[in-house]
Amino acid sequence: MDLFEYQARDLFEAHQIPVLAGAVAATPEAAEVAAAKMGGKVVVKAQVKIGGRGKAGGVKLAENAADAKEKAKAILGMDIKGHTVHQVMIAQAAPIAAEYYMAILLDRANRNFLVMASVAGGMEIEEVAHKTPEKLARVGIDPNKGIDKAKALEIAKSGQFPSDVQEQVADVLIKLWAAFVAEDATLMEINPLVKTEDGKVVALDGKVTLDENAGFRQPKHESLIDHASTNPLEALAKEKNLNYVKLDGEVGIIGNGAGLVMSTLDVVAYAGEKYGVKPANFLDIGGGASAEVMANGLSIILGDPDVRSVFVNVFGGITACDAVANGIVQALEILGSKATKPIVVRLDGNNVIEGRKILNDAAHPLVQQLDTMDGAAAKAAELAAK
Amino acid sequence: MAIFINENSKVIVQGMTGSEGTKHTKRMLKAGTKIVGGVTPGKGGQSVDMDGVQIPVFNSVAEAMAATGANASVVFVPPKFAKAAVIDAVDAKMPFVVVITEGIPVHDAAAFYAYAESKGTTRILGPNCPGIISPGKSNIGIIPSDITGPGKIGLVSKSGTLTYQMMYELRDFGFTTAVGIGGDPIIGTTHIDCLRAFQDDPETEAIVMIGEIGGDAEERAAAFIKEYVTKPVVGYVAGFTAPEGKTMGHAGAIVSGSSGTAAAKKEALEAVGVAVGKTPSETANLMRKILNG
Repeated sequence: MDLFEYQARDLFEAHQIPVLAGAVAATPEAAEVAAAKMGGKVVVKAQVKIGGRGKAGGVKLAENAADAKEKAKAILGMDIKGHTVHQVMIAQAAPIAAEYYMAILLDRANRNFLVMASVAGGMEIEEVAHKTPEKLARVGIDPNKGIDKAKALEIAKSGQFPSDVQEQVADVLIKLWAAFVAEDATLMEINPLVKTEDGKVVALDGKVTLDENAGFRQPKHESLIDHASTNPLEALAKEKNLNYVKLDGEVGIIGNGAGLVMSTLDVVAYAGEKYGVKPANFLDIGGGASAEVMANGLSIILGDPDVRSVFVNVFGGITACDAVANGIVQALEILGSKATKPIVVRLDGNNVIEGRKILNDAAHPLVQQLDTMDGAAAKAAELAAK
Repeated sequence: MAIFINENSKVIVQGMTGSEGTKHTKRMLKAGTKIVGGVTPGKGGQSVDMDGVQIPVFNSVAEAMAATGANASVVFVPPKFAKAAVIDAVDAKMPFVVVITEGIPVHDAAAFYAYAESKGTTRILGPNCPGIISPGKSNIGIIPSDITGPGKIGLVSKSGTLTYQMMYELRDFGFTTAVGIGGDPIIGTTHIDCLRAFQDDPETEAIVMIGEIGGDAEERAAAFIKEYVTKPVVGYVAGFTAPEGKTMGHAGAIVSGSSGTAAAKKEALEAVGVAVGKTPSETANLMRKILNG
């Protein structure tokens, strides 16, 4: 789960990482109140989970509270690369003497965590890595050892931070590591980390990604979920514990296992080229899919007005095909006349004979079975074209 | 021959007394796997009836190994307790630990992987993987045992159901070993580890490698193939049509920016002579052609 900037700021503050005053506002009036409380100049920043806000006009300096209201009015509702701005952050403006970079992230290739820190901040870190690699410290962190004072100082030196801020930078890094661990984060980035004119090192903007697998021990993370921009079908699927992603095509997809479902999207996309149709969604019903799970999945897909045909692609490993078939039959009973779209089913694997027989016996007019994944994908694409 | 496991693998099940553990212990026994014990802290001394076979329960992996001579473990414990279970196995110097559990926090996986590396005596497979099967010899995890039999192909895959699908597509040839390495961001055994083992296994004649979008594991595997693997390799990458920035189920399967796309992975694999199929059935046909000469 990616956080908004203001959520990242609040999280940093909760872990004693130095930040400037900041508040979130959903209306120009609220922005004005927040700015008045802060006093002086403020920065009004669009809250969207995508880069390039500044260039898109989503970050503006305001002279006073009244100006902050005007700036917020201009920014709220803006579209930034397909993301609508629902909230702005009002941040205290500070005179900046230098901009640095600091991040801790999951390093899949080395199977540990990676710290990146550089005296050259404020721009894309890829650019720093490319143009002036000597200014970027990249240090692997053993998850069981973490970052102590000595390590943090060593990183600050190797990132070429000037000696007058090394202690402060090391201190921020130690706190960032503590926050990274405590919050089960996979990314915590501060860009820029700044030195203000009075010599203080402060996190000015942050990006945080949290591990959803850690939800069971991070009850507070629930409140960070952005319900406003979640697709309603995705929200419904999440409630039912289904792994669903809305896409922009016409063929509804249900399968078991993330890899097989992704592969199904590909096969349908190829088959759909001829008919001008594409997959409408990703939906993984997971292992051990019961009749109830199938019914939930099918009702979500059939509730998507863009869907014109459905392809159920199941290879029974642990999941038994007869349970899947029963699920389809029961789902159609529950849905009754609401089910109006053709459903192509391909079953293979565990209990396939029983599964196919259940569907044959039910002989539902909307359901047809095919033997192969490619054949079924072609059929589903053809039906979506009509 | 097979890789990582064989007919002499003696397996203990961590979390055997839980519902998933019990269900899959029964299935593994039915498939002929030598299950010699289970581990559930606090339940040691009992034994559990698994469809007529009595399997003893131990409090720790060390106890279970001492009593049974087990040389492999499979972990079914829930995410909350998985880290402790794996560390218990590493502390006991268990040589091979297959972690089936899905949904383990990545900080926990990072911690137990680093711990195992520091000890140097345990290979971890997974987490969030279907396990490993060497048809006719042993089956550790949740891969169905009746898809196909022994043969000449080695299979390594990030995805569980795609493993099954590919075994099914190539059921007329059979497999030396099929390994599901899992799609989580941090995994213990990689494509490269399996490619090396298959190259070194005299009975494996050809290798199927299945990847998916996200990360650069396939690109690194391609570099390894160029340097080390002389056997024919056929590849498949799931997620050609996945939109950028959307997570597709597996924590690892997300495309961000230009690297990590299926097209980039296909290109990297083809550049080192790996034939890459656009779909599972096309991939199977490429392998069929190789094996039929």
